[in-house]
Amino acid sequence: MTIVKAPPAPVGRHRGEEPPQQGWQFTSTHGLVLLLLLLVVGQGPIRRALSAPVMQSWMTVFLAVVVQALPFLVLGVLLSAALAVFVPPSFFARALPERPGLAVPVAGVAGAVLPGCECASVPVAGALVRRGVAPSAALAFLLSAPAINPIVLTATAVAFPRNPEMVLGRFVASLLVACAMGWLWQRLGRTDWLRPPARASYEGDGKGAAFWGSVRHDVMHAGGFLVVGAMAAATLKAVAPESWLRTAAGNPAVAVLALSVLAVLLSICSEADAFVAASLSQFSLTARLAFLVVGPMIDLKLFAMQAGTFGRSFALRFAPATFVLAILMSVLVGAVLL
Amino acid sequence: MNRQAQAAVLFLVGGAMLHAGTTSLYLRYVKAGLQPLLLAAGAVLIVAAAATAWYELRRARDTRRRAETGSADAGHGDVQDGHDGHDDDRGHGHREPRISWLLVLPLFALILVAPPALGSYSALRSGTALQPPLAYPALPSGDPVSLSLVDYAGRAAYGHGRSLGGRTVEVTGFVALDRGGTPYLVRMALNCCAADAQPVKIGLSGKLPPVLQPDSWLEVTGTYTGKRAEDPVNGGIIPFIDVTAARPVPTPKDPYDESWNQ
Repeated sequence: MTIVKAPPAPVGRHRGEEPPQQGWQFTSTHGLVLLLLLLVVGQGPIRRALSAPVMQSWMTVFLAVVVQALPFLVLGVLLSAALAVFVPPSFFARALPERPGLAVPVAGVAGAVLPGCECASVPVAGALVRRGVAPSAALAFLLSAPAINPIVLTATAVAFPRNPEMVLGRFVASLLVACAMGWLWQRLGRTDWLRPPARASYEGDGKGAAFWGSVRHDVMHAGGFLVVGAMAAATLKAVAPESWLRTAAGNPAVAVLALSVLAVLLSICSEADAFVAASLSQFSLTARLAFLVVGPMIDLKLFAMQAGTFGRSFALRFAPATFVLAILMSVLVGAVLL
Repeated sequence: MNRQAQAAVLFLVGGAMLHAGTTSLYLRYVKAGLQPLLLAAGAVLIVAAAATAWYELRRARDTRRRAETGSADAGHGDVQDGHDGHDDDRGHGHREPRISWLLVLPLFALILVAPPALGSYSALRSGTALQPPLAYPALPSGDPVSLSLVDYAGRAAYGHGRSLGGRTVEVTGFVALDRGGTPYLVRMALNCCAADAQPVKIGLSGKLPPVLQPDSWLEVTGTYTGKRAEDPVNGGIIPFIDVTAARPVPTPKDPYDESWNQ
């Protein structure tokens, strides 16, 4: 392993500050080649180390979550790139009512047309704010889009073939939370909490370059977070004793809280979380609904992305409020529907 | 990670998806119905990789041309380069995601390790997922009659074997031995992917092979027995089968029971 940490690595760090093309430099391309070579050469010992049953089952679950979520991720990324490139942001500003109080539910429902996961909705919401959409409406869109779009709802229906009411519950609860947060921001929010989002735009490039640039960035970015989520889910499934989850599942209140916290920690893409929720079959449907409502609205990676896009003072206030409201709404909707 | 490396990773991930989707490898991890989606996603990723590489080549050519035409423009090109990533820490929203390095992990796991479908380890950690069957349709013809493990377990546990009519049956599953050494024949049932797979277990009694290897696949011939046990994990019913013959079989193409999907 000492060979990997050879001197060239630090050079790559400062590449942006040095004139390019001056001799040989260690870039991430070389890093990738080196890494792949090491993995291929060392596959024997690595495979032996991974042959314990617990590691095998960890890897199987890990791969299962990634392989199963990737097609949905790719589909969402393609559609969101098409929307970002071929639908001008000014269209959204024109389509929304002028009164912010009315714009909030309209933007919330409009979230249904952005097929993608939460990773896609953060940049779109940032663009909306930049184009003069009322922040309260943009935030309602930010929260509703990852949860109520057709792809996510279809995935939910596929994951819960025996409980179609989960799809309706997810739709209603998510929309209610999104609107409530929008109105709450309109009432209490202050503009100085919100740092105007600055983000590289693809303007100036051709449409094709912008489209594929967006696809590449979103797959690499969301894919990386998907791997994190899959690792956490696999660890939970392969290592945590089932009796522990059973204890939490026994008490209705603890079950809801436990799965809400789990949703925040796992940070699973909203296009894949329904399948994980379906596997947590020892929990009540209401607890699993809370998992599905909380997850797309607030989790660790989303908090990081929101802080990056809108500023930390915004994220620190917005995230806890969303978390509490999402749990309350899930319990309410669960009591009525499930 | 710079764009060349990203193109390489996109290509490799897309290729791995195509590889898994065109062989029966994907059946170890997800349900059979996902195959077209897997292939489509793999193809899109490969196109995205090609497009990334092509635009990257063109950008490099433009930058070089600008550098040749004047020094002022060359400076501009340099700034552009920084903005476009290359492991750059300064720009906030402009940084290429470092988290993408993690995509190498599933690639490695899928191509170099290709772990087997869930086996006895997972089966013994979770309780049996046997549900009462909706109906007991008439048995197909044949002697012995070939039944899925889940079908036999449902008829034996909830129909008390009455719908089996004393006939000899043949079921296939993998072997799991609990701590006390009781042998079970198990099939994992799944809704969507291995993350939600749950075991359905039947106990083996009667004439068993002298050595039972966990995770090996067996085709067991036998008859209904009233013997049953309680699953220590969740208290579910584990019916037994009175074995008359058992023969080792290769792992089936689809190791999971997907009858829940139909």
